[in-house]
Amino acid sequence: MLLVVPVGLILAYSLFRRGTYGGVVYELNLDNFERLFDPIYLDVVWFSVRVAVEATAVSLLIGYPAAWFIATRPRKWRTVLLVVVVLPFWTSLLIRTYAWMVLLNDQGLVNEALTGIGIVDEPVKLLYNEFSIVLGLVYGYLPLMILPLYAAIERLSPELREAATDLGASGWRAFLTVTLPLTRTGVVAGCLFVFVPSLGNFIVPDLLGGGRQSMVGNLIQVQFLKARDWPFGATLALAVIALMTIVLVVQARTMARDRREGVADA
Amino acid sequence: MRSRRSWPVGLVFGATVVFLYLPIAVLVVLSFNASGLPTSWGGFTTGWYEQLAHNDALLDSALNTLIVAVWATIISVVLGTLLAFGLERAVRSSGLDAVAYVPMVVPDIVLAIALLSFYNLVFTQWLGVGLGLWSVILGHAVFGIAFVAAIVRTRLRHFDDSTVEASLDLGANELQTFRHVTLPAIAPGVVAGALVAFTLSLDEFVIAFFTAGTTVTFPIQVYSMVRFGITPEINAAATVVVGVSLVLMLVALRLRGSEDPA
Repeated sequence: MLLVVPVGLILAYSLFRRGTYGGVVYELNLDNFERLFDPIYLDVVWFSVRVAVEATAVSLLIGYPAAWFIATRPRKWRTVLLVVVVLPFWTSLLIRTYAWMVLLNDQGLVNEALTGIGIVDEPVKLLYNEFSIVLGLVYGYLPLMILPLYAAIERLSPELREAATDLGASGWRAFLTVTLPLTRTGVVAGCLFVFVPSLGNFIVPDLLGGGRQSMVGNLIQVQFLKARDWPFGATLALAVIALMTIVLVVQARTMARDRREGVADA
Repeated sequence: MRSRRSWPVGLVFGATVVFLYLPIAVLVVLSFNASGLPTSWGGFTTGWYEQLAHNDALLDSALNTLIVAVWATIISVVLGTLLAFGLERAVRSSGLDAVAYVPMVVPDIVLAIALLSFYNLVFTQWLGVGLGLWSVILGHAVFGIAFVAAIVRTRLRHFDDSTVEASLDLGANELQTFRHVTLPAIAPGVVAGALVAFTLSLDEFVIAFFTAGTTVTFPIQVYSMVRFGITPEINAAATVVVGVSLVLMLVALRLRGSEDPA
């Protein structure tokens, strides 16, 4: 009730149009959906998808080895290491994002270090670009990648991988043909956990993008709190929900196929 | 076989931990830096914390956040525990499971504007009371319920139903059985869920930002300070917030047992 009605309202609002002084004029039309395909807004949606994909890919590349390391430690250490990795996730994203503003600005520690050891002569622009947004998202959601990966890798029996190596497969081949497919459930879940909150994120692009690089989350905020155009803001939110649904359906299909092939719980 | 090749993954893991903790550590160190500059150390001071203690706007917002967190936690615990029982005992349906967990996975901004639209209709247009603390409380309860339900459910799954039957057979009524048998068994889960809901509410920004109307909570106040620029005072405020969250989460993890640190 607290949940279904509000989401239904978004759908309803998206069909109406904005009144002259804000507010909602209850007049059915599809103008908002047409506006969504205006290149200005389409660019923002596309940029959001690209950034979310980049953040997910980077998280996977860092998260897989990290999860592998935790899963192959002695049992008593695993829980401790997992808590160490997950703990920062439970603190305020706002403050963790602010920390990167402190680190990355022109007079920040990273730039001081880079100029100090002579890698660059002048401070590098690290803040308010795509790089800082992706970095902030990876920082924010990396623990959500590591958790499901850990669960998948931990279930895997080490003998299986060794059998592949013993039978003549090289380390990389053993990984690509045996380990990776067997942990696919974890990979898909982890990617989903990072992609979804990244796509609709508001704080990270707002603080680390400096308003220059805006994502769909910022656009929704502007429509709702500044332009007072709720119907169009609602349409944008629907676009986010639609993109999420596509990703979720792909995930469900992968899982179903895995189950048919009997590898999901190997 | 495996230990021979484990140093590269060990390296990545070590780098990951540094990556996760270094930014927070820098904030903590800077909050004690007398120079107030991010790059030069001017000696140890607690001056920024004293300044914090005299920032009335910040203190007022902190009080609002406490009120919100306490009420949102109470609602989340009661309804979340009931939901856990319902999903675990009464109806078993994967569809309902999915709906119950939606608030945990949907991007917060989508939830925020959905709630804003809803509250605007109910509180502003129908009841004419406007938005304020209670709308934030309800908003936080929406995701708090989901987290409490998820945590209590894992506890319920390990709970042996035959103890309830034994209690009823021995003449206790249902209320007594709940009070003396079921509740003690699930209590660690309920308390852990309460701590998680409380911590999340303390730190939550996006939903509060959208549904608070003109009311200011602590994260909203911090956000407007951050928008204005980097100051040592924010570092001190951030240190307090991170410290409180970490302590609460560690206690919650302890209570939940070690098997599932998510």
